[in-house]
Amino acid sequence: MATATHLLTPEEAHSDAPQEAVVVRFAGDSGDGMQLTGGQFTLSTALAGNDLATFPDFPAEIRAPQGTTFGVSAFQINFGSAAIETAGDEPDVLIAMNPAALKVNVNQLREGGLIIADEGEFTQRNLAKAGYEQNPLEDDSLAKWQLVKFNISQLTLDAVKPFGLGNKEALRCKNMWTLGLALWMFDRSREPIVDWLKTKFAKAPQLAEANIAALNAGHAYGETVEMGAAVKPRHIGPAPAEPGLYRTVTGAEALGLGLVAGAQLAGLPMFFGSYPITPASPLLHHLSRLKEYGITTFQAEDEIAAICAAIGASYAGQLGVTSSSGPGIALKTEAMGLAIMTELPLVIVNSQRGGPSTGLPTKTEQSDLYQAVYGRNGDAPLPVIAARSPSDAFDCAIEACRIAAHYMTPVMLLTDGYIANAAEPWKVPDMSGYAPFPVQFANGDAPMKDGKLLPYQRNDRMARPWVKPGTPGLTHRIGGIEKNPGTGDLDYSPAAHAEMTRQRHQKVLGIANDIPEQDVCLGERGAAMAVVGWGSTFGPIHQAVRRMRARGHDVAHVHIRHIWPLPRNLGELLKSFGRVIVPEMNAGQLKTVLRDQYLVDARSLTKVSGQPFRIAEIEAAIAEALEGHSPVNLRPDPAQLPIRDSGHDDGRTVREGLA
Amino acid sequence: MNELTPIEKTTAKDWASDQEVRWCPGCGDYAVLKAVQRTMPDLGVAREKTVFVSGIGCSSRFPYYMETFGFHTIHGRAPAVATGIKLANPELDVWIITGDGDALSIGGNHTMHVLRRNLNCQILLFNNEIYGLTKGQYSPTSRIGTRSPSTPFGSVDRPTRPAAFALGSGARFVARGIDVHKNLPDVLKAAHAHKGAAFVEIFQNCVVYNDDVFAPFTAREVATEMQLWLKPGEKMLFAGGAKGIALDLETLALKVVPGDDPAVLVHNPRNRLLAHLLVEMPGQGFPVALGVIYDDPAPTFDEAVLEQNRTVSAGKAPDLQALVSKGQSWQVEKEPRAE
Repeated sequence: MATATHLLTPEEAHSDAPQEAVVVRFAGDSGDGMQLTGGQFTLSTALAGNDLATFPDFPAEIRAPQGTTFGVSAFQINFGSAAIETAGDEPDVLIAMNPAALKVNVNQLREGGLIIADEGEFTQRNLAKAGYEQNPLEDDSLAKWQLVKFNISQLTLDAVKPFGLGNKEALRCKNMWTLGLALWMFDRSREPIVDWLKTKFAKAPQLAEANIAALNAGHAYGETVEMGAAVKPRHIGPAPAEPGLYRTVTGAEALGLGLVAGAQLAGLPMFFGSYPITPASPLLHHLSRLKEYGITTFQAEDEIAAICAAIGASYAGQLGVTSSSGPGIALKTEAMGLAIMTELPLVIVNSQRGGPSTGLPTKTEQSDLYQAVYGRNGDAPLPVIAARSPSDAFDCAIEACRIAAHYMTPVMLLTDGYIANAAEPWKVPDMSGYAPFPVQFANGDAPMKDGKLLPYQRNDRMARPWVKPGTPGLTHRIGGIEKNPGTGDLDYSPAAHAEMTRQRHQKVLGIANDIPEQDVCLGERGAAMAVVGWGSTFGPIHQAVRRMRARGHDVAHVHIRHIWPLPRNLGELLKSFGRVIVPEMNAGQLKTVLRDQYLVDARSLTKVSGQPFRIAEIEAAIAEALEGHSPVNLRPDPAQLPIRDSGHDDGRTVREGLA
Repeated sequence: MNELTPIEKTTAKDWASDQEVRWCPGCGDYAVLKAVQRTMPDLGVAREKTVFVSGIGCSSRFPYYMETFGFHTIHGRAPAVATGIKLANPELDVWIITGDGDALSIGGNHTMHVLRRNLNCQILLFNNEIYGLTKGQYSPTSRIGTRSPSTPFGSVDRPTRPAAFALGSGARFVARGIDVHKNLPDVLKAAHAHKGAAFVEIFQNCVVYNDDVFAPFTAREVATEMQLWLKPGEKMLFAGGAKGIALDLETLALKVVPGDDPAVLVHNPRNRLLAHLLVEMPGQGFPVALGVIYDDPAPTFDEAVLEQNRTVSAGKAPDLQALVSKGQSWQVEKEPRAE
């Protein structure tokens, strides 16, 4: 095996400086405000200049019974002084607000990691609810970790006493006390949180003051109380980043902003038809507040009506967009065929989750690739784009709008539950750097024959004209029935169907000439092995490949954004590698497409437990594959993020958390 | 509508497309098509501002035959597509063409919601109590005992009444017409004049699979005896004025009385309760209520959506750069800060 030092890129060689990264997991009851605490800690981390990635993990139940293990809500953040691409394999620090939170999360903690527990909540009753026979804080069961316990509940009550809140309201400030301690631990400024509390509770200054007092008390506790070697302040330096203005963004936010930008760059009003479903609903929530950008949002009676209304709006000259998750996308399928047949622009966002059926509504998976590429009746091709991270969702959304409007085609945009809910720092884009792609509606220049419009006459991109109802002289009819390639009149003759099928196919395949060639994002063409991924597995794959390369292995990372049509050079590129492995959070779907398209010996590394890949898992698989073993199907890891019972649709918890 | 541009004078012929009509010879759809084409020139709407939207079924081929904009969509979904069209461009005059299967079986949900929301459009439901295009299976309006390829021993499920379904869904305009009846254009005009979702049930004869199913009240010999044509402000008389409809105060039900009985009701299309009674008239001994049964306008969905879009956007200038920069942000300088 080549010692691949010479293969390291300058950036890689440069990044040898000692780096620090910490994974912190906040866990408590659904009502404890853990998502909020995590969200604010994220903000302070971003403001401190660290790179970061988060993983909110909340139950499917809206308000599960208090103190139970299935009611535990957690928020994990990985931050550091170098590029962070995942929410971290194992937490270094676990903050457990009750026995259930400890029970559910403690096994994920790194050996020797730190547990901070709220002793006040470890009552007989709560211990019993969590299924503990004895108090784990009192026996030796947590010996392999460092344990720090104090009565956060009581300390909070003491801190907010001057504000005369009721017991229940006072205890609600517990999460701010905890946040104050965490800010002290990582040497963070309290100011932005104080500002935020003042804005949030502008109408209830007493609550603002109480929360600020709790925050300060938590911070002061760290400063004054000797907690032993385990808990000492730790400063993580800022991560090197390109100069510019930054903010944190979740996938759902970035996606919404990207759609707004896409519609604006196309010069079109946007019509967004949607039906609530986890984890896609946040997009509807975001867009419904942006009416001044020419956005009409429509909460339809069902998934089918949502897409059909979007198709109607596209037909009438707006940019129709619909959004859902796998089960809802299935319901929209027939209408997608209509949009393909009538060649109308449409963007369909699929925030993937575990399936089939209701599956795992709040857990992530990327198992709808077949559905996106193949999942329709008839020969019904449509372009498919997949976002790799929250911030990447912005550019992917713009690209989806561009392709839809310029090729008169529905476009499927894939994201997933992980991307939708996760946050990361985002360099605010300079919008003047995006070239507009204005749409031309057919008017006097429409293709005509004998005074009649030819609605399926194609331009050099093979796109048909977009003819708005209301345009004088261009009355015509379209529909889902096969049509004559020239006139667009009903025609189900064999020749017409064969020709129209060919044209629809060619039009979509032709988009490959209008998208970038596939690049190698780490390593080089012709490497001994390529790890090929798509979507939200970007982070763990990238880090795993980076680590393997640092150890001298000749491995490359190829990340595919355009799932259909695939980049025009992809086949030839894949054939340059010694081996190709494809890690996916599904049973091997991209692998099948690659094999089908290029006859390459792509091998799967699969994980279908609703949990994101850990970097170490991919690293191990690469190592084994380099030794000639085939990758494996990874088993669910009980020590990783827990999977709980599925429940009904939500979308609320996380929105509150990211206020 | 731009009032400055005069609408070009048209005749029925101008509203007919060049497409060959492909319904079975003798189908009631031909009569409805003619009635619509005859009505359109009188409505004061330009052809290019008119959109016919349909689902799937025999009636749903209708848009191809109109020289307007037309969208033949998928089974049951025309109301949803029409909603998107109307919200995207409220200036368009939107007509939904549907059938008993399309509107009440596969698309029942959308029919209910388009009526509940009160989208400003016309909905023409061609009711022939049978599935024609799929070759004769019974439909949700077929009477109990209907023998069809899928119910060789007779259907056993209870039918729905389209007009009652519409009223129950919150429709603000409900009318009925008969495919070949001379009054159909007047019913269509009234539907068009109503601002909001105007629901028109058209009894349409399927000559192939369900011939003469409506003959008990449409046949010439029984027409006067069995048809109650409602007119606002006029007495509810039928059988040439010999009979009338009155309210039985004891049972709170309608009853047939002699035409000269002072208790004969006067039709008030704004009376919702009366509309419920009229669409539910039991059959035996009773005529079928026809014409405009209910017409009581209410604010429309499209106006409400647009109004909210306008109000909420007022005074807010769209600024994409500001939007993407929103929230708490921080500046990274050229070199990482040394701390």
